[in-house]
Amino acid sequence: MCYLQVITFERELIMCLAVPMKIITIEGFSATVEAGGVSREINLRLLEDAQVGDYVLVHAGFAIEKIDEQEAKETLELMQQIFQLQGEDEVH
Amino acid sequence: MKFIDEFRNADIARELSNKIRITLERIGWPVALMEVCGTHTMAIYRHGIKSILPPSLKLLSGPGCPVCVTPNRYLDYAIALSRQDGVIITTFGDMLNVPGSSSSLVRERAAGADIRTVYSPLDALAIAQKNPDSKIIFLAVGFETTSPTIAGTIIEAEQRNVSNFFISCAHKLIPPAMQLLVEDLELHIDGFICPAHVSAIIGSAAYDFLANNYAKPCVITGFEPLDVLQGILMLLQQIADKKPRVETQYSRVVKRQGNTTALKLVAEVFVTSESYWRGLGLVPQSGLALSDAFARYDAESVFTVSVEEEREHSGCLCGEVIKGKREPEACGLFRNICTPVNPVGPCMVSQEGTCATHYKYGEA
Repeated sequence: MCYLQVITFERELIMCLAVPMKIITIEGFSATVEAGGVSREINLRLLEDAQVGDYVLVHAGFAIEKIDEQEAKETLELMQQIFQLQGEDEVH
Repeated sequence: MKFIDEFRNADIARELSNKIRITLERIGWPVALMEVCGTHTMAIYRHGIKSILPPSLKLLSGPGCPVCVTPNRYLDYAIALSRQDGVIITTFGDMLNVPGSSSSLVRERAAGADIRTVYSPLDALAIAQKNPDSKIIFLAVGFETTSPTIAGTIIEAEQRNVSNFFISCAHKLIPPAMQLLVEDLELHIDGFICPAHVSAIIGSAAYDFLANNYAKPCVITGFEPLDVLQGILMLLQQIADKKPRVETQYSRVVKRQGNTTALKLVAEVFVTSESYWRGLGLVPQSGLALSDAFARYDAESVFTVSVEEEREHSGCLCGEVIKGKREPEACGLFRNICTPVNPVGPCMVSQEGTCATHYKYGEA
């Protein structure tokens, strides 16, 4: 997992890819974030209201946006509904 | 929740694929969607998404690979900068192997130039602070996802009073390029899979003009397999209902107005300018340049270098691939002369380049 995460970081170098990571500590604009056992120092200047425990997208050393867990759950629920309704289109 | 594994469920993927097939049948004609962002192209191939989509759905790869759209003239300029005494070039890794007109940064490094790859522009700033007798130039390449990180770094440089840090700015903006593509009469695009993380910054409202003025369905879509499949389904439903609009599948991250803090910082440090794109040419208001207040960080205003005449690589179809007009397989160089180890064009270098993706995940 750690190895995969390191690969992800390397792939991230220029791409629009950003990695979801959890904020562990905050000090001023500096934060420690963690994902898959890998931690890293990042800059929070691009977010106004980040809190410890938030998941953020990390790109090129900066948190670029927070991830809304409630919205994520709703998206997954919508997909789950599609799965549960499978086959209905063929019937009608 | 880790926000990755949850969006990779094979059973749900299969059902979304089934829904896509049914919606396509309801539409009744072949549909062409463009995934603007190279990371979507990579996700589509890496997760085998194309293999579970019906043949009547065509996915076109767009210009959303920063390295790919950066023209040779910028690379030639960066190479010329790297030959200056007392200069350290800092760059994201993907730029190293991109061929310029007659050289590349990796070749210049082998010849003795001080060129260093960094993970973050803040690392480049740290190099500047550690090397006060050198001039550190960061190659600022990237779309709206990346430009706020450069703006943030310049503000840091200002606050730390660092006077030997400069950027060579080639930032580009995605919506003007999309407008150019919908106005291209040779291209037929029925809808856009809009970029995920560019949109995290600029917000969904930035695409309204495509739905309102050009009647193009737009869905901002995440990069995980279920995200991509759901985004495609939402686009097809818009097409079937004949109601083009901007929707956000990636709602866990993207807001309507984007990241206003980041946008404010970008507006403070940069101004919009025309920009030259490989494949698209000169596009008005599609780039960023440093604002007057931060002009002292502009490498171009500080370094006068002689740059070789720009030459394109004979036979390379990157310009056409970037516009979604040609597939990499149509290029005579693809897999033959042009490979990731020996790339002729930038689309084979960047990991989100269409040629590199087709080489790695496509059929041999």
